[in-house]
Amino acid sequence: MSMDLLEPREQRKAGGALQGLGVVDCDIHPQFATPGEIHDFLPERWRDYVRTYGGFYRQPLADTLAHPRMAPDVARGDAWPPNGAPPGGDLAFMQRQHLDANNVDHGMLMPLNRGPGNQRNLEYGAALATAVNDWQIACWVERDPRLHASIVCTQEHAPFAVAEIERCGDDPRYSQIMLPPKSLEPLGRRKYWPIYEAAQAYDLPIALHVGGVNGYSPTGGGWPSYYIEEQHTNVQGMQGLITSMVIEGVFEQFPKLKVVLVEGGVAWAPALKWRLDKHWKRLKSEAPHLKRLPSEYIRDHFWFTTQPLDEPPEDSDLLETFELVGLDRIMFSTDYPHWDFDEPSFVAAKLRIGPEKLRAIMSGNARELYGLS
Amino acid sequence: MSKSRFVVARTSDVAPGTSRRVSAGGRDIALFNVGGDFFALGDRCPHESGSLCAGKIVGFAEADEPGKYRIVRDGEFVRCPWHGWEFDIRTGKSWCDPEKSRVRAYQTGVASGSDLEEGPYVAETFKVSIEENYVVVEI
Amino acid sequence: MTGEADHTMAAERPSGGLFKGRAVDCDVHVSVPSVKALLPYLDSYWRQQFLTRGIDRISWNMTSDPPNAPIMIRPDRRPAHGRPGSDFSILKDRHLDVFGPGAAIANCIYGGVALHSEDMAAVVCTAVNDWIAAEWLDRDPRLRASIVVPLNNPDLAAEEIERRAGDPRFVQVLMLAMGEQPLGKRAHWPIYAAANRHGLPIGVHAGSLYHHPALAGGYGSYFLEDYVAQAFGFENCVLSLVSEGVFAKFPELTFVFMESGVTWLPAALWRFDKTWRGVRAEIPWVKTPPSQIVRDHIRLTLQPFDAPDGAGRLERFCEQMKSDEMVLFSTDFPHWHFDGEEALPIGADTALARKILWDNPLATYPRLKALSPEVAA
Repeated sequence: MSMDLLEPREQRKAGGALQGLGVVDCDIHPQFATPGEIHDFLPERWRDYVRTYGGFYRQPLADTLAHPRMAPDVARGDAWPPNGAPPGGDLAFMQRQHLDANNVDHGMLMPLNRGPGNQRNLEYGAALATAVNDWQIACWVERDPRLHASIVCTQEHAPFAVAEIERCGDDPRYSQIMLPPKSLEPLGRRKYWPIYEAAQAYDLPIALHVGGVNGYSPTGGGWPSYYIEEQHTNVQGMQGLITSMVIEGVFEQFPKLKVVLVEGGVAWAPALKWRLDKHWKRLKSEAPHLKRLPSEYIRDHFWFTTQPLDEPPEDSDLLETFELVGLDRIMFSTDYPHWDFDEPSFVAAKLRIGPEKLRAIMSGNARELYGLS
Repeated sequence: MSKSRFVVARTSDVAPGTSRRVSAGGRDIALFNVGGDFFALGDRCPHESGSLCAGKIVGFAEADEPGKYRIVRDGEFVRCPWHGWEFDIRTGKSWCDPEKSRVRAYQTGVASGSDLEEGPYVAETFKVSIEENYVVVEI
Repeated sequence: MTGEADHTMAAERPSGGLFKGRAVDCDVHVSVPSVKALLPYLDSYWRQQFLTRGIDRISWNMTSDPPNAPIMIRPDRRPAHGRPGSDFSILKDRHLDVFGPGAAIANCIYGGVALHSEDMAAVVCTAVNDWIAAEWLDRDPRLRASIVVPLNNPDLAAEEIERRAGDPRFVQVLMLAMGEQPLGKRAHWPIYAAANRHGLPIGVHAGSLYHHPALAGGYGSYFLEDYVAQAFGFENCVLSLVSEGVFAKFPELTFVFMESGVTWLPAALWRFDKTWRGVRAEIPWVKTPPSQIVRDHIRLTLQPFDAPDGAGRLERFCEQMKSDEMVLFSTDFPHWHFDGEEALPIGADTALARKILWDNPLATYPRLKALSPEVAA
């Protein structure tokens, strides 16, 4: 059995179903045009601090991960703007190459820059979060209203995080709150609950984009050797987040909370639901605060983004997993400008579903979740 | 249908070890110069349509056992700039296809790049000729 | 399956039971009742150490295997006294005689493997293996066992494999899904070389040494979270074993994942194949899609099978894996994943059930084919 590789003709046909449809891209990475660009948004004290000490993370290499990536800046080889900015660092180029070319009506910004939530110096982390949030507005959203900012914050000290959410939460240019999945404790733990309380109060979804640094090995069995393994642990990170948030009772406490999982893929979710349900039934005396099956909390509270699109040998298997998750809970994303970017027409062709359902995934589900036009 | 011939570049336009995007008969073509030989591939990866012209030109990485790395046929492969799929510039063939058989005997032999199974992922290829100092593509 | 194996298994099985001898239960648990039970198997130095330090009075239950959690002990398998899984008569009367497997592979999940003193861990493992042979294998000809090895010292583990390999009732080597380093790392290769020499599969059982939190993002509040996370650990094992080239180095070696949950595997491989396609130059010894390597080299025991009852997922698993040879029958005795005799999620008379119950285990474990009743006695 070989993979059903799409002929270009077939791809174009699927693209036809998208004709005229503005997509919503739930994962776009903006980058600083120059490393110092963010310094304009930092108070003097922290500008001096970062120049003197740099970032301070729980990892051996000061400026990069110890699993080198397979492409410079993790980027598409063709995403380097001609003006010398790094990939994602030049709005005009991003507009030309992605937003206009792929008919993106709305793009959700996922700033990974410098990981404010993973800074060991919490006060610097809070100042950096504020700076990154202001930078998104000034350099991106104000210059292209198709783009929507995410509120980054320092989850390890909830009062700082809540203050930042309160500072930005009424501003409609922010569409969600973004936390790093690799926090010091699993995100279901109670130390993070004030953040969820604030998110629920402002009716802002929590977006969890893969990544972050918490000092723990990314597998329960130690540090893997290769990038190909480390990249895959993004899946275990997402599985762990769902497990933690559901079992610890976050959604009993915050019944209106919405969580978006970004860049973790989708296909693993049905088996996780089965596993959680099966073993919770046996062990529920340990977690009596759960009133419903774990899978029911997942169905109600989690949204999934498509990229990197799972590519089973049979396209029908992809659709089956999406249906088991719920077609109304899946939202298109590209991960622009990163190397594992997904093209809208490719995703549309692989899904092989009717135009109405396709439009929901490519656009409608996100418009509804984020209240977009 | 008879094929048309298009002059797409001067030979001097594409230095050895580089590629250049050209247009012929309404198609985007990735033209490669491998040590003086010219090859033309359709400029879209059969996976998600990335432009092969923007890809890095590389050799094929091989290993007889874990930890023993080497490059063979350096400069004869292009890696798609998006997902890194590798194509043989000479044939347009990809080298990483899923095997068809359900359960196979163990592979214990030493395989070189040329022994690896070739499969259906093929970038479009076009016949190329050199006429005086021009590169000609047949479509 | 060979006629010889068929004959061998038939000759030693008692008649009756649900499967009338034509099944191998690839995961049953026996447990050391107390450290004190190991004292007869220690030399004078270690016996004195254990007694003077009071080690004989403490429990080495594992955090990943709390013996009284409902999932770990089915109510009708619970002994009146002592640690669940430590009573031979319960295993024999309520399990082996009921299901009637031709053979059952006993796995002793024991905290001794986690000791930071590598010498003490190795001595305890040797004692446990001696104890298994004397207290279990000698008492029922259907029983086989996995070799318990000190996981923190692969050289000492390899020595234990060499010590035990002459006893054909030990049919595989037992490791845990989550230790200090991913299982594919070269540090573990002395274990695989020794196993390979003796035709022993590596059995990887759910469990963690807690050198790292099982939920890789940190420590959660509940055992349930860690239990669910065992499947994540197995998924990482797949990535590690293939990416590190364990099967390129040891092409005859088979790994058996025990108590993994099973149903996570197809989606894991869709993604692994996809990623490999783009970054295979990082691991050029992996020359075929990872899914094919997994299909050839990794097996999974049946229970617990993570899917709703009656949903046809076992058949779908085989379709998606393009193989009906990967799943091995297990009950996970005395754990509680099913009630009564409902160990198979499909009819016992189906072709797939026959593969799972009998053909696949015999194809996986060379020693189940070769063992004769005389040797067992």
